[in-house]
Amino acid sequence: MDPELIKDCVHCGFCLPTCPTYVLWGEEMDSPRGRIHLMAQYNEGAEMTPEMAGHFDACLGCMACVTACPSGVQYDKLIEHTRPVVEREHARTPRDRAVRALVFALFPYPRRLRLIKPFTRLNRRLAPFLDRVHPTLGALAELTPPRSRSRPLPPLVRARGPLRARVGLLTGCVQGAFFPDVNRATARVLALEGCDVVIPPGQGCCGALSLHSGYDAHRFARRTIETFEKAGVDTVVVNAAGCGSSMKDYADVLADDPGWQRRAECLKVRDLAEFLVELGPVAVRHPLPVTVAYHDACHLAHAQGVRSQPRELLDQIPELKVREIAESAICCGSAGTYNLFQPQPARELGERKAGRVEDTGADLLVSANPGCTMQITAAMRRMGRPVMPVAHTAQVLDASLRGLGAVR
Amino acid sequence: MTVFDRLDALFPPDRVITDPVRLRTYECDGLTYHRATPMVVVLPETTEEIAAVVRVCAEFGVPFVARGSGTGLSGGALPRSDGVLIVTSRMRRILSIDLDQRRAVVEPGVTNLAITEAVRDRGYYYAPDPSSQQICSIGGNVAENSGGAHCLKYGFTVNHVLALEIVTPEGEIIEISEDDFGYDLLGAFVGSEGTLGIATKITVRLMRAPESVTTLLAAFQTIEAGGQAVSAIIGAGIMPAAIEMMDALAIEAAEAAVACGYPAAAGAVLIVELDGPSSEVEAQLAEVIAICVGTGSFEQRVAASADERAKIWKGRKSAFAAVGRISPAYIVQDGVVPRTSLGEVLAGIDALQDEFGIRVANVFHAGDGNLHPLVLFDDTAPGEGERAEIVSGRILDLCILHGGSITGEHGVGVDKARYMPRMFTDDDLDTMQLLRCAFDPGGRSNPGKVFPTPRLCGEVPRVHKGSPGEIF
Repeated sequence: MDPELIKDCVHCGFCLPTCPTYVLWGEEMDSPRGRIHLMAQYNEGAEMTPEMAGHFDACLGCMACVTACPSGVQYDKLIEHTRPVVEREHARTPRDRAVRALVFALFPYPRRLRLIKPFTRLNRRLAPFLDRVHPTLGALAELTPPRSRSRPLPPLVRARGPLRARVGLLTGCVQGAFFPDVNRATARVLALEGCDVVIPPGQGCCGALSLHSGYDAHRFARRTIETFEKAGVDTVVVNAAGCGSSMKDYADVLADDPGWQRRAECLKVRDLAEFLVELGPVAVRHPLPVTVAYHDACHLAHAQGVRSQPRELLDQIPELKVREIAESAICCGSAGTYNLFQPQPARELGERKAGRVEDTGADLLVSANPGCTMQITAAMRRMGRPVMPVAHTAQVLDASLRGLGAVR
Repeated sequence: MTVFDRLDALFPPDRVITDPVRLRTYECDGLTYHRATPMVVVLPETTEEIAAVVRVCAEFGVPFVARGSGTGLSGGALPRSDGVLIVTSRMRRILSIDLDQRRAVVEPGVTNLAITEAVRDRGYYYAPDPSSQQICSIGGNVAENSGGAHCLKYGFTVNHVLALEIVTPEGEIIEISEDDFGYDLLGAFVGSEGTLGIATKITVRLMRAPESVTTLLAAFQTIEAGGQAVSAIIGAGIMPAAIEMMDALAIEAAEAAVACGYPAAAGAVLIVELDGPSSEVEAQLAEVIAICVGTGSFEQRVAASADERAKIWKGRKSAFAAVGRISPAYIVQDGVVPRTSLGEVLAGIDALQDEFGIRVANVFHAGDGNLHPLVLFDDTAPGEGERAEIVSGRILDLCILHGGSITGEHGVGVDKARYMPRMFTDDDLDTMQLLRCAFDPGGRSNPGKVFPTPRLCGEVPRVHKGSPGEIF
């Protein structure tokens, strides 16, 4: 926990109203300012007590505070450096350890994830029982979306029209296993905009889940860099906010190995919306008469600063109306593995977000992160509300480019 | 039975904080220079709970301090290591909104901006707007009589609070209102910095949003030229909603923090906001621009949209914390001078910078002469903190010398208590103590703040002109 980074905090409190846990509990030690104070206490010799560890564990890592901070405190770095210390010094109960081991043995491995898919309907029914065994298992069962058919994507999708770029596509773990249609739509949109899309088979996890939870992400990072170096692409396009933000951090993750750090710096990573706006539109946008609510994923808006680009892309579609969601800066509670390890606050935040989404009166929710999509959908289901259909920005664009007239 | 036992009986475990590591996160508010770890923190959710805690304090003779969001800049919410810290951040319900009567009743932990957000779409707002409005609590605003950029035209918190429910230092729940006959207790309570009790329900005035608002950013070569423009604008009989000024160093900080896009190479910028009926605003804007040009402004920008206006204000409202980008540490000062002395006082601050080798960034509510000099220093450089502290104090001396005051809107708190005797005589201070003792004879409500010497109310303050009975 770098004292130089801690010193940047002037204790003004501007971060408090955007911190999801402060919004829930109104307690200093569950705010960014309070957590930075705890980090300073640790540096001064305070022990990593279960109480202190609990406040770090309760942080979603949504980075809304980074956006709100006028003093430029790099809380993202601070919490990322703190989590491994918590894992090292805080003794979790055997039950918690077992459940964590299960999650980290499952999620970063797309093939294993695909194995549990056939059981998703059963999972949902088992949720109350699993919840009694461990709240994380209950949350896991509740969140898994219904099965979807998935045929693997080909290793290369050729550009339509003159070639403008050659890009690689990260298929992701959760995105690939549970939302394969989003990847197909992404590849089609890129191809229609004149890109050769390389989809290296056998790509693994980018390391986001580990990185955001204080586990070692080196192996995942190195492997992902290698995969896309071999693919020979100009840019790696990522359609999952959490993955994009951690891939942009690779140089930091691999800072202790100069050779790998250089390779990380050479890897050009872009979020899909960011890339498409930089590239500029050439394909014809057909009308989509639909009102959408756009949800800012934290790892897109706060961690990558990508806010205007998805809105710009949606605005380019004739007849489509975009509505803003109140409190858009506040996390939906998904936050990587947060809704698995901290199910109670995650549920409260999910329901808060679902309510704000409903208030927009939109026909469709647009969310550019699979975690948020599952989280908000699960909250609507739990609240017994009609579940608003959710689509990724890529799917909306795909429907417009292909002239489908309406999004399903 | 100890205080702890009694509090444990009143609250569920998650709302009484005794863990030392947790307690320390409450050791200071927005002013980090003063720190004290509270004996215990409680997080009440109702008026009755606050009253119960205060009664426990009375029973055991323990002091208590109320805290909202902890953003105050005078250490008004600095805890007592032998006392209870009562944190209102969980009391954040808006209890009622009555647009016909133009008032809202809110709990003390509601943020200033949340009130405006609740009524904005219906064309209303809450006028006082401290720079920390997105997080500062309305309870804290009442305690400090907080101001903000728009107080020039619309007045301070005291002008916008219509009634209060308070818990007295004895633990009684009473209501005071502007409709009461007799002494203006409401006026006495607002700005009493937590020394007269804790506000638990606040009835605030809602204002109709003006028909038209326009914001002008004018850049000047020097701060003196900007000051002349301010005097000329007020002299012309124009009452802008706000006139704010920032000097080059403050502009540099704001630019680094929020990229507000102020004109490059400006020695000072003036933000002038005009509001009211469209025709009046248009006419005044033309006049203000002419005055700015006449006093040497080399660039004027009028915000063309709400977004552009927000961007202009973002630079100003982020200025304090933004200074963290250009200096490792700093003191936010708050003083008032008559508008006509602005130039002399600023020249005096310049001289102090040279004398002590300490940089001072200036941000101020120019319209009403409320200065916020930001005294920059490196807390790791030996002696620099002390020099900064001296400069900061000398700035207040300058304000007093020119007939001003030691605080405009941040309050006296713990930080400025020692400057009180420079401004008030012993008689003045004793008279204030009489009022304080009438509410808090035990001296338990936020002791150690405002007054330079801690004094128990048992020791009856010296009374020079008649007895307390004659004064009240």
